[in-house]
Amino acid sequence: MFGELVKGLRTTLKYMFRQPVTVQYPEVKRPVRERFRGRHELKRFADGSERCIGCSLCAAACPADAILVIPAENEPDNPRSPGERYAATYEINMLRCIFCGYCEDACPTNAIVLEHQYELSFYDRRASIFTKEMLLVPEDQGHGEPPPVLKQIERRPSPPAQIDL
Amino acid sequence: MLKTEELQINIGPQHPSTHGVFRMLVTVDGETIIDLKPVFGYLHRNHEQIAEQNTYLQNMPYTDRLDYFNSMANNQAYAMAVEKLVGIEVPERAEYIRVLMVELTRILNHAGALGFLINDMGMWQTQLAFGMREREKILDLFESASGARLMCNYFRFGGVARDLPPDFMPRLKDLLRAMPAFVDEMERLLRDNEILMQRAEGIGILPPDLALAYSVTGPVLRGSGIAYDVRKAEPYSIYDRFDFDVPIGTVGDVYDRFLVRVEEMRQSKRIIEQVLEQLPDAQGGHINPKARQNVRPPVGDVYARIESPKGELGFYLVSDGSTKPYRYKIRAPSFINLTPLGDMCRGYKVADVVVILGSIDIVMGEVDR
Ligand code: SF4
Ligand code: SF4
Repeated sequence: MFGELVKGLRTTLKYMFRQPVTVQYPEVKRPVRERFRGRHELKRFADGSERCIGCSLCAAACPADAILVIPAENEPDNPRSPGERYAATYEINMLRCIFCGYCEDACPTNAIVLEHQYELSFYDRRASIFTKEMLLVPEDQGHGEPPPVLKQIERRPSPPAQIDL
Repeated sequence: MLKTEELQINIGPQHPSTHGVFRMLVTVDGETIIDLKPVFGYLHRNHEQIAEQNTYLQNMPYTDRLDYFNSMANNQAYAMAVEKLVGIEVPERAEYIRVLMVELTRILNHAGALGFLINDMGMWQTQLAFGMREREKILDLFESASGARLMCNYFRFGGVARDLPPDFMPRLKDLLRAMPAFVDEMERLLRDNEILMQRAEGIGILPPDLALAYSVTGPVLRGSGIAYDVRKAEPYSIYDRFDFDVPIGTVGDVYDRFLVRVEEMRQSKRIIEQVLEQLPDAQGGHINPKARQNVRPPVGDVYARIESPKGELGFYLVSDGSTKPYRYKIRAPSFINLTPLGDMCRGYKVADVVVILGSIDIVMGEVDR
């Protein structure tokens, strides 16, 4: 009985002088790993045009039916994306999304990428619909030719653009 | 002799010790349990029906959410079922990565489960925090390999989604070096510990014949002294290449289940060390390049099972030749291990119910599906 008491107290004392393993979130944020699947971003090409061509493959791959894509024809003299069409509406319902990453795998142009932002809470349900304006990166955040889809995770096309929610 | 009266009380559905939304309808006479009926269904999510409306690949992230402690093990059972149905070969290297991930899952599951068990006994938080600290290191490895800590969605038909990142192996070796100290410390603090012995020894005895009759599996069955482990009984994947022991208990009480889990963590570490030795020579890549992900299996049915950290996890799939499963059924170890709870609790005190439940190690996401 007494021996156990000493054993327990010794362990307590040992741990008192160790560095804590916890971090003081939200003051200190734990960095996420390179492959982390967080908030989606719609990327751009180096010239600033949109990568998304409105093909809806991501919506078809999505197991949770979280993506809505409504494509529209590009105006020939002022195209928004290199293809014939672009996404007029692009919405992701963040209450449905399960962050599986299949949309990223399915996208032929590497337009949709799951980035590192993970603070996604909101106060009402309407705010859970992330619209194209919220997802699209700023115009000067474009990047060059898309790497093969599966290489994407190893070498991301661009550093995550930190968009404020 | 004092005249006593029977009383029916509910433990749960919202109770910190029920490990989720789970209700126990308990009939007590004073402090003694006369009868206990488990009532499930509060976390029912229609998993199997949803799965029948998704394509085979789309179900992979849903299996993560069954037993959310062990998403890698669920992924493996499901991937194996579909691979068997379609006839997809898995390269050697992918098999090693799979075994590595599932054995890491086993360690983190047991570290967490023992922490919760001891939490339930009233040694509030300390042991749980120790377990969670170790679990966190493994989750970090999972994050760097798969992109998520809990809902990994790492397995694909014919392999795993991505190869291990370059910094994975050094960090895994660090973790393995530090692990024996953690397991030893836990065992030193708790084995023959007065509080634990009083709460665990001789409590919640599940005799071997009853365990078999209820088709209990996993550490609960092995705690009752039956050396049944799917990894040995029907070696799947590449488990026949590894050298490991199946620890068993003698009495079948809470304490035996505790000891079996401690020993299983050591055995899992042994398997991981053998994986590390053999992995560099393994043939092939992390995925079979010929394997299509949007599969359309031939008509037929298949059952594939693995030894998940909680017991035998099986997937039964029926294909009608389309891209979606016609029937999708899960043999969930948490659910089946929970059914003998009434027999395990009868005759003990109310306070023991919580400990016995903790020793079964359930996750409600898998019980209710
Ligand atoms: S991450 Fe998965 S669930 Fe979320 S939008 Fe993409 S495909 Fe759908
Ligand atoms: S994000 Fe990609 S997959 Fe989705 S509509 Fe745009 S181009 Fe197609």
